Amino acid sequence: MVTSAPSLMETRPSASVRHPTVAAPATGAAVAPAGATLVDIDQLDFFYGALQALHGVTLGIENRKVTAFIGPSGCGKSTLLRCLNRMNDLIDGARVAKGMIKIRGIDIHRPDVDVIELRKRVGMVFQKSNPFPKSIHENITYGLKLQGQTNKARLDEVVETSLRGAALWDEVKDRLHTSGLGLSGGQQQRLCIARALAVEPEVILMDEPCSALDPVATAKIEELIQELRTRFTIVIVTHNMQQAARVSDKTAFFYLGKLIEYADTRTIFMNPAHAQTEAYVSGRFG
Amino acid sequence: MSTECHIFQARPSALRRREGLVFFCFRAATYFVLLCGALIFGTIVFKGAGSVFQVRAPFLNTTFLTEAPESLHVFEFHGQKMELGDGDYRVFQARHPDVARVKSESYIYSAGGIFPCIVGTVLLVLGSMAIALILGVSAAIYLNEYARDGRFIRFVRLAILNLAGVPSIVFGLFGFGMFVIFFGWNVSLLAGWFTLAFMVLPVVITASEESLKAVPRGFREGSLALGATKWQTIRKNVLPYALPGILTSSILGIARVAGETAPIMFTAAYVVRDKLPWQVDKFSEFFFQGVMALPYHIYVVSSKIPQNEYTERVQYGTAFVFLLIVALIATASIVLRSRLRNRYQW
Repeated sequence: MVTSAPSLMETRPSASVRHPTVAAPATGAAVAPAGATLVDIDQLDFFYGALQALHGVTLGIENRKVTAFIGPSGCGKSTLLRCLNRMNDLIDGARVAKGMIKIRGIDIHRPDVDVIELRKRVGMVFQKSNPFPKSIHENITYGLKLQGQTNKARLDEVVETSLRGAALWDEVKDRLHTSGLGLSGGQQQRLCIARALAVEPEVILMDEPCSALDPVATAKIEELIQELRTRFTIVIVTHNMQQAARVSDKTAFFYLGKLIEYADTRTIFMNPAHAQTEAYVSGRFG
Repeated sequence: MSTECHIFQARPSALRRREGLVFFCFRAATYFVLLCGALIFGTIVFKGAGSVFQVRAPFLNTTFLTEAPESLHVFEFHGQKMELGDGDYRVFQARHPDVARVKSESYIYSAGGIFPCIVGTVLLVLGSMAIALILGVSAAIYLNEYARDGRFIRFVRLAILNLAGVPSIVFGLFGFGMFVIFFGWNVSLLAGWFTLAFMVLPVVITASEESLKAVPRGFREGSLALGATKWQTIRKNVLPYALPGILTSSILGIARVAGETAPIMFTAAYVVRDKLPWQVDKFSEFFFQGVMALPYHIYVVSSKIPQNEYTERVQYGTAFVFLLIVALIATASIVLRSRLRNRYQW
């Protein structure tokens, strides 16, 4: 597994961006057992310009588990999440100063890593649902079409499986060609999840996916996360501690850019090792 | 008269009177603008519509719209007043040789039509807008999506702003020096296209940049997170949504390009030309020919020929047709824009 792994995200000649067939679903995933460490964050220092956002974070994210990042605003949890698919590259002056992030053993900041390949494998769902102002069908097929997939039957198939995967199929199957923006807030967020599923990532990053949703829509997303955990590695940033407690297997508590505690969710909430964690999860600050 | 007085009793006061006066001034200013506009359009429509429309079928004066300008010959023949264009006058002369002894007055450009000017203006607008949009949108994409903010980029923006303030005659002279003489393109469509394009470039760049900025960040991030390259993101998920805004700006550009006389005076416009633009021997010659153009024709017929009942037809008619064409192009752009906007809404 290790020998074949480096090729997964390597920079290839430009043609690789639109190779003819859809990448087979995470070939290695079958090999790596659930629970093995998929993402290794090692002594990560991260800066926005002169401002240090992360201080020496070390964390292992397990394969096909749900990992929650919690902590008060500005604690660096979203920053860390956005490091995992290098979305922070888009921000001027943002940089990793020290340490590394390894996914399947490959340092994702290595110069021969193609960030496009990385993002295909590490999908993302944003805080504010951002369906494109296109039809539902086009939203889902967007990622595949970028990779050069033009086979209509295949695209239709992916639309159905992705929407089913995101528990949205029954609600939208009769209006696949209407705008994705006509959906309700919760449906839009599930559409974004479906869109991420369509490119068959291994890891799905969720940046406060429910913060703009009502409790009913939130419950649906949480239910969805429970279903997705068997096939994907999910990292979720949330402000809602009950949510972290409900959906995650492991929880990491951050405070002021430092990882305070990382353990099984049950331990974090029932029997935290640090006083700060205890104070936060019991609602005494933050 | 009621003597009843309550605490909210309205009373005349200096404050009230001043307020009334101020609002009256605002209203008067607005109406004055309206009046000026109505006068200009009214005069042109009133005096010019007659050259284009007529009461008899087909209701359109096809001669004026489809033929080249001719001289108008006015003379008295056997007690009958005759007004004939060049061509008809020659036919008439051939038939009645004694007409040569009759004193005839002639007015240039006052007969026939303005077809070559219409064609020339349309060609100038299409070409220059194509160049301006390609250059302008590319520059806007670079400035907004790729370039990192720094001293150089700030300098570029300043240069664009300054360019917007340059008088059009300066653009005309620049085009003359650069394209006509230095590049040796002579007075040609190509020189006119580039001169006009440079003139509207600042408008197109600024407006395109604004439209690109208006596209939510989430669309870019969402696309990049799906493994799109930056260019794929821009092409598929940013540019289509910015297009309505870009088109809006280009509408303004079209009106300016179509209307400016100064930049084409030295670079592209002929006072008169017999051949139509497509009557060329080689395809390449198409780009290197001068054309007649509506604004320049308006300038010529309003300043180089006398003002009288015989010339009025072409003077006001040309201005009227010109307004009509600009309105037509603008309407087309607005329709296109609203179609696009309906397709992409967020």
